[in-house]
Amino acid sequence: MQEKIGVYICHCGSNIAATVDVERVAKEAGGWDQVAVARDYKYMCSDPGQELIKKDIRELGLSRVVVAACSPRMHEPTFRRALEQAGINGYLLEMANIREQCSWISMDDHASTAKAISLTRAAVRRVVHHRPIHEREVPVNNATMVVGGGISGIQAALQIAQAGYPVYLIEREPSIGGHMAKFDKTFPTMDCAACILTPKMVSVNQDPNIKLLTCSEVVHVDGYVGNFKVKVKKRPRYVEEHLCTGCGDCESACILKGKILSEFDMGLSKRSAAYIPFPQAVPLKAVIDAKNCLMLTKGKCSKACAKACQREAINFSQQEEVIDLEVGSIILATGYDLFDPTQGPQWGYGTYDNVLTGLQFERMTNASGPTQGKILMKDGREPRRVAIMHCIGSRDENYHKHCSRVCCMSSVKFAHLVKEKLDAEVYEFYIDMRTFGKQYEEFYNRVQEEGVNFIRGKAAEVTEIDGQLTVRAEDTLLGAYREIPVDMVILNTALVPRHDTDKVSQIFGVSRSADGFFLESHIKLDPVTTTTDGIHLAGCCQSPKDIPDSVAQGSAAAAQSLAVIATGKVKISPITASIDQEFCAGCKMCIGGCPFKAITFNEDAKVSTVNQAVCKGCGTCGAICPSGAIAIAHFSDQQIFAQIEGVCSQ
Amino acid sequence: MTGRFEPNIVGILCNWCSYTGADLAGVARIKYPANIKIVRVMCTGRVDPAFVLKAFKEGADGVLVSGCHPGSCHYVDGNIKMMRREPLLSAMLEQLGIEGTRFKLVWVSASEGERFAKIVAEMTEEIRRLGPLTIKEGEQVG
Repeated sequence: MQEKIGVYICHCGSNIAATVDVERVAKEAGGWDQVAVARDYKYMCSDPGQELIKKDIRELGLSRVVVAACSPRMHEPTFRRALEQAGINGYLLEMANIREQCSWISMDDHASTAKAISLTRAAVRRVVHHRPIHEREVPVNNATMVVGGGISGIQAALQIAQAGYPVYLIEREPSIGGHMAKFDKTFPTMDCAACILTPKMVSVNQDPNIKLLTCSEVVHVDGYVGNFKVKVKKRPRYVEEHLCTGCGDCESACILKGKILSEFDMGLSKRSAAYIPFPQAVPLKAVIDAKNCLMLTKGKCSKACAKACQREAINFSQQEEVIDLEVGSIILATGYDLFDPTQGPQWGYGTYDNVLTGLQFERMTNASGPTQGKILMKDGREPRRVAIMHCIGSRDENYHKHCSRVCCMSSVKFAHLVKEKLDAEVYEFYIDMRTFGKQYEEFYNRVQEEGVNFIRGKAAEVTEIDGQLTVRAEDTLLGAYREIPVDMVILNTALVPRHDTDKVSQIFGVSRSADGFFLESHIKLDPVTTTTDGIHLAGCCQSPKDIPDSVAQGSAAAAQSLAVIATGKVKISPITASIDQEFCAGCKMCIGGCPFKAITFNEDAKVSTVNQAVCKGCGTCGAICPSGAIAIAHFSDQQIFAQIEGVCSQ
Repeated sequence: MTGRFEPNIVGILCNWCSYTGADLAGVARIKYPANIKIVRVMCTGRVDPAFVLKAFKEGADGVLVSGCHPGSCHYVDGNIKMMRREPLLSAMLEQLGIEGTRFKLVWVSASEGERFAKIVAEMTEEIRRLGPLTIKEGEQVG
């Protein structure tokens, strides 16, 4: 049958047209078999661009459309819709990727144009074999899983719960709260972090729509938007949550009391092996540290904790559990790690006393912290001169190129806290001062007036000269090299991707950007969704953020998940396999090859059949079938052969 | 263009990892030879050895099949199935007189734009050195 194909070449402004001779591509295409019309246009995805296609379909009676433009991963749905609006099935479209895989990668205009012609020719050859197919709709599970109980995960969970839908909040640590729970004051208003965070944490615990799973990690995700099946591994807490009242008697009784470095206080204080993570922990339940507890590591202990517990909540025989969940969408709010400053010996961390990280300083200056809020050196004296160093591990070719965004402001905050509490000189070493947020610049101005010495130049080294801690830096405003003796150094370390981001990205099937953080669908226009439908991002797992932005993205991710729930149905790709019973020899090879158990054997007819609802359209069975009886919708042998012929013919 | 030999390479890439990775190379404006022309499949599990033979029959000088890294297939283990086909297919290509360097199976994730560009650049260079694929008269492929 003779088709009437319309071919449309997009300039994409100059994105394609700068390296591809689009007019020539259109002219060539105009001469190919079955091509009724070939045009080039500035922006095919724009309204007038789409209108051009629709008008041709209606007026010229086009039966197939080829759009040579960006990646089909970008605009295939847009053009499919245009075809549908003009009255023909959306799958009668084929796109040629002449932007991402052609104009943007090529060094040579001649080669780009030749490649664009080749890709367009292949699309024209392929589209002849396209058949109309229809999307299926399946119902959506109205539960959402939020992974990570920091401020953005908490915000997302609360928002969805308020809308009246169930939420599973999964937290790896024994308590939610994340990094924010460790902070002292928050810039620029100097609200105490706990005062604004803990009410939200408590709400999470009290909301009947939220099921909180602590000490838990997602180990497997299956399914698709609307219908994810998740396996969560819950580590034993060795304390029965329903019995524990959070009284802390076990903590006081533990024979390792004061022997184990506290994670919450960033190693500045010591705790027991049976402990409550911090006074405002949610859930406020004790946990036994399996790495250090003598009973759990050596099997020998007087079990003082168990004897002290009046509720008999301690249970050393608790086992790891695997919990199965079914959810419609997933929000990843897994946060960040802080850069480890021991990677750079020049900063003296771990070598000299009184070189702290920013988070250690947060704990020190916190009224409930290890020094009850006093800024003290290791010998117990107050420092007279404090250096605050920006960009430790960020904006640095040797470590991480990205800007961590929050450190300028938290450094200014540290300076303010030192000035407020001590009569000390403060020196801030910065590359550029980035105080971009609402009321941030005003806060910076205020701290400048407090008499802080701002030195423009990254501190190169922390050293000791005659027993005196000294910071070496270039002052780029003075054009001078400086050595400044100080008593304490605060290293404001980079926000970096979690150490296990790679594993998590594989579990959830989401990509990562070059900086290692999770990759959003579009860096500007879609920073919340991922390329996996139904999986959304919130907070610092996408990129470093301050608290207001983390909260905003938490809400945005909740809105994305609520949108999935509100539609009630999701469209499922019609790309599935089907078996021609006439050709099926009943060998059952495909049944073993199907990863989803979608193929069953019909004993009466002695042939295999595909369950369309279970089939995900990978096409593996199509490659396996020795009789050629299996057809994969939209990826048939004919379609792929025709495309190969297209790219090979010169 | 200069008179040097420009090989025609057919890339058969899975939609989820490698095709996205190839897109990322473009988005990041990484430059690599335009010699590869990409055919998209949903999964490398779909790659019937006949696709590879077809490409050579149609005059391709090289074929690159690329999928998700083992363990991260969108369809559980389609890439592993392709991996199992590869030794037999390679042996068959050799018997047909098609050098081993002309057919490659690699793993490129959606975030490995740079890796994809590097693989294509290397493969293009190797095949350029090898020269065009010539199948002797009377021999039938595919």
